[in-house]
Amino acid sequence: MALFRIRFSAGLQYRAAAIAGISTQFAWGFMEILAFMAFYRSNPAAFPMEFSHLVSYIWVQQAFLALIMPWGVGGKVVETIVNGNISYELARPMSLYNRWFFETIADRVSRFILRCAPILIVALVVPEPFRMTLPPSLPQLGMFAAAILLTLCVVTAFCILDYISVFYTMSRFSGTIFVITADFFAGGYIPLPFFPEPLRKVVELSPFGAMQNLPLRIYSGDIAGMHAVRGIALQIFWLAVMVIIGKMLMKYSLKRVVAQGG
Amino acid sequence: MVRLYLKYFAINIKSQMQYKTAFFLHLFGRIMLSFATVAGVWFMFLRFNRVEGFTLNQVLLCTAVTMMSYSITEVFARGFDIFPRLLGNGEFDRYLVRPRGVIYQVIATHMEFGRLGVFIQAVIVFCYAIPNSGIVWSPDKILTLFLMIICGAAVFSGLYIIFASFSFFTVEGLEFMNILTHGGKEFGRYPYAIYGEGILKFLTFIIPLALFQYYPLLYLIERESSPLYILTPLLSMFFLVPCYVFWKIGLRHYKSTGS
Repeated sequence: MALFRIRFSAGLQYRAAAIAGISTQFAWGFMEILAFMAFYRSNPAAFPMEFSHLVSYIWVQQAFLALIMPWGVGGKVVETIVNGNISYELARPMSLYNRWFFETIADRVSRFILRCAPILIVALVVPEPFRMTLPPSLPQLGMFAAAILLTLCVVTAFCILDYISVFYTMSRFSGTIFVITADFFAGGYIPLPFFPEPLRKVVELSPFGAMQNLPLRIYSGDIAGMHAVRGIALQIFWLAVMVIIGKMLMKYSLKRVVAQGG
Repeated sequence: MVRLYLKYFAINIKSQMQYKTAFFLHLFGRIMLSFATVAGVWFMFLRFNRVEGFTLNQVLLCTAVTMMSYSITEVFARGFDIFPRLLGNGEFDRYLVRPRGVIYQVIATHMEFGRLGVFIQAVIVFCYAIPNSGIVWSPDKILTLFLMIICGAAVFSGLYIIFASFSFFTVEGLEFMNILTHGGKEFGRYPYAIYGEGILKFLTFIIPLALFQYYPLLYLIERESSPLYILTPLLSMFFLVPCYVFWKIGLRHYKSTGS
């Protein structure tokens, strides 16, 4: 797709920024693991995952961050709403929802491709307690791939709901509260197994559980077999729900859109 | 100079209050953001009770000190954080021709009060942790806590100045400073010692984040009784010297973009 190619080559221009980003993310993952290690030392029995699963969780999270974070990467989209350029977009013969959806995905994928390989390679060769393990089996890897693709779609659909809220507030912070909630309950701060028990069960069924939580835990084998399949089905369900809500809200908002200036 | 600063202060507040909804959304967003961090700490302690012998309330003191220091920096030294932008749009050139210090102008013209959200969250955590920590708040302990916060803000400001100085040389690839500034705040939610010997040494002798956080905390919770620990935050202020020198070097190197 042409849109995809344009965004992609724009993303590739900033190589130095990418190198800095990679080392930052690497240091970040390393510090996270050290923190969990301290908790592990304090009380190994209370640790709800195998330690190696947690290590993989964090490295995969860092490597795939651009695909799975609920934070909008579409600063440009918000700008067009606030400065009125959206009227040009509306004049184009293409559904705005689809356009935003694929532009956001293209943005995420181009960032991801630049960053993932170096992080994964380093994570696979660092010494023992910090080393990332490979998925336990080939089918598990396949399920991980499916889950991460669905996560990308789910968070993108979620981001568009965030963009739509800008129609009403004209502030890029309007959706922050929802985004933070999503990030937290999707396991962006601490993995869901570390949540207190009744809460964890509820969150796993929520749309947030269908975000990064699932692929990151499938990768290491923390979620396997039927549980993984059920999780993926749940992702498809939430994706459908969010896209339908998004399209409906979009239709409704565009009727009352007020273009700001020219 | 102080009067002029207060004037700038008032102007900054007034201009940001023009967009009240945006301001409060920003503020509230920041509160939530740091709340998520605190909730993460809390959930971990529901499960583990202690880490390296620290209890939840002791750790929360750390969390709040680090957050408060960082947010003071974020609000008042914001100019350094957006410094590449000031260089890019030529605003910095105007500072150079004015009869006041450059650092003074960078600080005075950019304050962002929406970032007080983290400060508010820190106050809330203090309200919980100070009475529940089991610490007897004698004057020396209060002084220690006060020094921790102030010196913490100084160290974070130093990091911001380093970041700004780097942007005299390049505008690309500055993201690595994030791990020290934003990362310093995020990982400062636990005492820096839990990350192990190597990291602690680094954060003591190179980037002295631990000097205002971990060592004085030991005094607060009475693991160490030597009053020298009250003064460790002051030691971290020496960090500002190399920061200032680096800034001066960068400034001498500076060529305007011409826009």
